[in-house]
Amino acid sequence: MTVTSTQLVGIGVSPGIASGPVQWLAPAPTVPVDLAPSGDPQAESRVAVAAVVATADELDVSSAALTGPAADVLAAQAMMARDPVLGDRITALTAEGKAAAVAVAQAFDEFREQLAAAGPYMAERAADLEDIRNRAVARLLGVPMPGVPDPGYPFVLLAGDLAPADTVSLDPTHVLAIVTEHGGPTSHTAIISKSLGLPAVVGCAGIRGLPAGTTVMVDGAEGLVVVDPDEALVGQRLARLAARRSAITGVSGPGRTADGTAVQLLINLGRERNLGVVAAADAEGVGLYRTEFLFLERHDAPSVEEQRVAYAEVFHTFAGRKVVVRTLDAGADKPLGFVTQPDEPNPALGVRGLRTSRLFPDLLDGQLRAIARAAAGSGADVWVMAPMVSTAAEAAGFAAQAHSHGLPVAGAMVEVPAAALQAPAVAAACDFLSLGTNDLAQYTFAADRMAGELAELLDPWQPALLELIRITAHAGRATGRPVGVCGEAASDPLLALVLVGFGVTSLSMAPTSLPEVRLALSQHSLAECQALAAMALRAPDGRAGREAVRAASTKV
Amino acid sequence: MAQRNVVIASSVGLHARPASLFVRAAARQPVKVTIAKVGSDPVDARSILSVLALDARNGDEVVLSAEGEGDEQSLVELAALLERDLDAEP
Repeated sequence: MTVTSTQLVGIGVSPGIASGPVQWLAPAPTVPVDLAPSGDPQAESRVAVAAVVATADELDVSSAALTGPAADVLAAQAMMARDPVLGDRITALTAEGKAAAVAVAQAFDEFREQLAAAGPYMAERAADLEDIRNRAVARLLGVPMPGVPDPGYPFVLLAGDLAPADTVSLDPTHVLAIVTEHGGPTSHTAIISKSLGLPAVVGCAGIRGLPAGTTVMVDGAEGLVVVDPDEALVGQRLARLAARRSAITGVSGPGRTADGTAVQLLINLGRERNLGVVAAADAEGVGLYRTEFLFLERHDAPSVEEQRVAYAEVFHTFAGRKVVVRTLDAGADKPLGFVTQPDEPNPALGVRGLRTSRLFPDLLDGQLRAIARAAAGSGADVWVMAPMVSTAAEAAGFAAQAHSHGLPVAGAMVEVPAAALQAPAVAAACDFLSLGTNDLAQYTFAADRMAGELAELLDPWQPALLELIRITAHAGRATGRPVGVCGEAASDPLLALVLVGFGVTSLSMAPTSLPEVRLALSQHSLAECQALAAMALRAPDGRAGREAVRAASTKV
Repeated sequence: MAQRNVVIASSVGLHARPASLFVRAAARQPVKVTIAKVGSDPVDARSILSVLALDARNGDEVVLSAEGEGDEQSLVELAALLERDLDAEP
């Protein structure tokens, strides 16, 4: 490596290697407060309205190129841009002598505030409006369109952080890799990049100020960004990756360690646009079926029948395989109007997950009834689990309720440190345990999982988190209960070895992560995994643990 | 002036797709139609932003008003739309 290369460290959230010039996600335009109008209100009005209409046209064109929900979202945005009352307001503001860009920005802001005031259901629409505003204002100011740039060649995308809306314009054939300053392993960037199969590093503060066009190499597995990399280094890493890719194609089927210990490899599932594609993944089933999507953006709970139809579709698709359904996990980052308590001072510590059934027992009962009806005759091996279980009594109560509906296998998620510390009792009180490592890290370190500044504490390699996982896995062994992991931790091939070393019996992850994890398992014996687990546990911090395990496991 | 009270039948309320369908239908009418929640100020039914900001939910009663040639017929058509569960339809 040459002395001119600089290494920047972040958190690798999506594996892969890429090298190329960087481009920044263009920020939202800022309207100069003293922007002078031309003095001709009619001209300003014409220019302002034309910019908004052009933005609407552009959204219509994008919408026409798509199908399904994405097309509907863009068509709805175009409709907002064409709103006659909004147009009138813009004209009125220019008549008051405001410059076109100022009038557009102010009119949009007024309507956005109205929508925001109409309640939490309107939050997404308010965000849509903000997006249209920024596009129209950028057009008026002649600055780059906010969002993903299009320099005409493949590039590494740099950003402060990515919002879900940014993905609409993200073309994976032009973006080589993603690096963000903020965000942790559970950020939107992590989820988006994994689903697109792009290498990604988050929480990499060192990229700030990096000029566009600078060449970098991104290693999404190691969380490394090398500025002005040595060509030999890039070649070496790419060769290693290619060797790995070809090794991956050589392993398939159920997860096994090198010495034949079975480790179920499962996928995480939510609202799917194309179930068939997901079901085609080489997985032994679904380790986490999130059901919140059925309940979001509604004023009341879906009926038992409506739920049954949705669940039955998934169960039939996965006939012959296991499907672990997580009952409604409302609250905190997933508020529901008809469940979430308003004005909770600290929603993450409030009435969420299984706790909501204290206030709304019918909701859980209806959901279990719908799951049981959908499971009957579907051919799938349906398990249910409750989120946010804190005590053995809660686990026992949930299991009894599920059993009463004819659901034979009911488990508890271990996301609260209390449940991990009492894992033997919790395991004995139900049929299986599933570690939700994202929330378990958040609660163990008292660090908000969305707070990018605290990414180091949320690192799933933190020894304190691993200790709780170890206790839980041991409790499973002692009581004869399966223990799975369905958080982001399961999708890291190195960490997967550590988890298996502790005694975890199944790993659930995004389908794109399966091949790497399957390969890593096939290259290590259970005894090797146990040695790696002990090593990670002894490390002074997450980073050191990861490095020690990486060094010891030359195969990954 | 024609007026008509309607209860929102859509399970998601007058949001999302039902709101779009309603606003598009209002824009097709020969007369200007307003919509209000009972007790609140009427807003232009052709304005998606104003209709969304009403936050009319399933079971809420709204008042449609119009004045001019064909106002009765316009309200009959729009009211019929609101009385269906638009979100449940394909």
